Amino acid sequence: MPFLELQGITKAFGQQQVVRQMDLSIARGEFVSFLGPSGCGKTTTLRMVAGFERPTTGTVSIDGREVTDLRPNQRDIGMVFQSYALFPNMTVAGNIGFGLRVARRPAEEIRARVAEMLEIVKLPQHAGRYPYQLSGGQQQRVALARALAVRPKVLLLDEPLSALDAKIRVSLREEIRALQRDLGITTIYVTHDQEEALSMSDRIVVMSEGRVEQIGSPFEIYNYPRTRFVASFVGTLNLLEGRVLDPDSGRIAVDGQEIVSARGLAGSQAGETRVVALRPEALSLQNGHLDHNRLRGTIDEVSFLGSVVRVRVSLGGSAISLDMFNQASVPPPARGAPVTVSFAREDLVVLDRA
Amino acid sequence: MKPNRIGPWIAIALGALYFLLPLIGTFEFSLRMRRGEYSFDAYQVVLADPRFQSSVAYSALLAVATIVIGILLILPTAYWIRLKLPRLAPVVEFITLMPLIIPPIVLVFGYLRFYNSSSFLPMTGNVRATDLLLTFGYVVLSLPYMYRAIDTGLRAIDVRTLTEAAESLGASRATILFRVILPNVRSAVLSGAFLTFAIVIGEFVLGSLLNRPVFASYMQLVGANRAYEPAALAIIAFVVTWGCMGLIQVFGRARYMARAEKG
Ligand SMILES: Nc1ncnc2c1ncn2[C@@H]1O[C@H](COP(=O)(O)OP(=O)(O)O)[C@@H](O)[C@H]1O
Ligand SMILES: [Mg+2]
Repeated sequence: MPFLELQGITKAFGQQQVVRQMDLSIARGEFVSFLGPSGCGKTTTLRMVAGFERPTTGTVSIDGREVTDLRPNQRDIGMVFQSYALFPNMTVAGNIGFGLRVARRPAEEIRARVAEMLEIVKLPQHAGRYPYQLSGGQQQRVALARALAVRPKVLLLDEPLSALDAKIRVSLREEIRALQRDLGITTIYVTHDQEEALSMSDRIVVMSEGRVEQIGSPFEIYNYPRTRFVASFVGTLNLLEGRVLDPDSGRIAVDGQEIVSARGLAGSQAGETRVVALRPEALSLQNGHLDHNRLRGTIDEVSFLGSVVRVRVSLGGSAISLDMFNQASVPPPARGAPVTVSFAREDLVVLDRA
Repeated sequence: MKPNRIGPWIAIALGALYFLLPLIGTFEFSLRMRRGEYSFDAYQVVLADPRFQSSVAYSALLAVATIVIGILLILPTAYWIRLKLPRLAPVVEFITLMPLIIPPIVLVFGYLRFYNSSSFLPMTGNVRATDLLLTFGYVVLSLPYMYRAIDTGLRAIDVRTLTEAAESLGASRATILFRVILPNVRSAVLSGAFLTFAIVIGEFVLGSLLNRPVFASYMQLVGANRAYEPAALAIIAFVVTWGCMGLIQVFGRARYMARAEKG
């Protein structure tokens, strides 16, 4: 049974449809990310779970109880904001203990819980500091401790790392994930950063223009995108158009060259045009295994990125990029040279929709 | 280069003279009660006058009541507008400016018409009710200053996110207002309070037309009948007013320093 459930959620601001028909079930203890470009409705959806926005239609349930009409302060949620939103007039300890004081917990319990949370977020020396005396990363840890101190049923984070430096971002995201695992708290994490979503989540909800594009594990989302949007938003991907030759055996022609998809082309008809995706790291300029797909073309461009060399190959009509490891003994190919690109049949992903 | 510098200095000197000369003159005059030497006799007389003490106490009490009512009325209003109705902000701001546009004399005649002893709510018929009416009048008069001060304070913090953070932690609206918002706009509220205090202490029209023993009425009474004491009173009133301004500066500075440290 799902722990957190969104059923038929839509949200309109005036004429503008911001969230369209969202259904989502999240299991207890699961870490789910909402991933998508700015303005696609991630924050609005999160705010409907928190209770700051009321869905135009649909229901929200947490732990078997429908909460659609409950105010945020009755929902047992913890929320972390991009801007930290610490109370400037309170110390770190005051901030962390706020929710417990509001709930009128005994003073002794509050003191113990605050100390415990300070320990967990590794700031035991900072109890008496004020927010403005802390760095951004420290402030966000305090915000996290404050949200978790009241033992909420659900933790909601809205781009919590966006305002931080790249280095702190990486270390803090590992900390958040480890903490979430330890506490086993059901979590929704909003981000527009695909690396963040891929590295942290149990499951990712990819959103675009208020719609769910795909829901799946990071592995599924990255390797088997179902739509052109997911394919292009998550990682650098080659998208090619192909004409279906034989749906049953999975044969399809790209720029007149025949290749095969191991997963078949179920549901399409001969002569139809489908979009196929290829990851740069799946491609090779070596001949590869006998039953590999091969596409002939000429080298269009070579960019040296350090440990990786990115090569663009023109296939006539379209072009694909591929990555090869830099080796000091093997100079990169020259522009204009004829080459054959090979890849496994499993790596050819045929998208559901354009 | 040089004449450019002298010009502004002359302007400043003239301005200072224009401002300070009457003050110095008044102060000097207030010290001349005793023949042939300077003394604080006039101040002693004034401070010992029971009517002075009672009028100051009365006005100060009304000022405090005005401040409390003003804060209780304006803080939640300004907060709600910032939070939920930001589009109404210009309208409300304009409304709060009305007391500056409409003279107090109009206000008081309006009151006398609406609340006279033969009206449906005869507030002027009873002393306590008149005090209440006077206090509400002061709340109206101080509205532009109080609203502006509080709104400026609210603008300096992220009202919406702080509210949502507190709400997600289980806080009710009242808790949020008094434990999260108010402490963070305290210095703004205080500066509004001192301004209000200065206004109420010096207000004459409302108090005298409603026939209540306010400080300004006492000043007017003494001014009409005595020579040196009015000068002493003027200096005392001046010191009180500027004391309030000084306190605003102090609290304004404290806030500024907290922000500067942060940035
Ligand atoms: N309170 C609001 N009133 C009107 N439009 C809003 C409001 N909140 C968000 N929107 C609009 O809804 C869309 C989605 O916003 P949001 O959920 O914040 O996107 P994201 O978090 O994915 O960047 C945007 O076009 C935004 O302008
Ligand atoms: Mg957002």
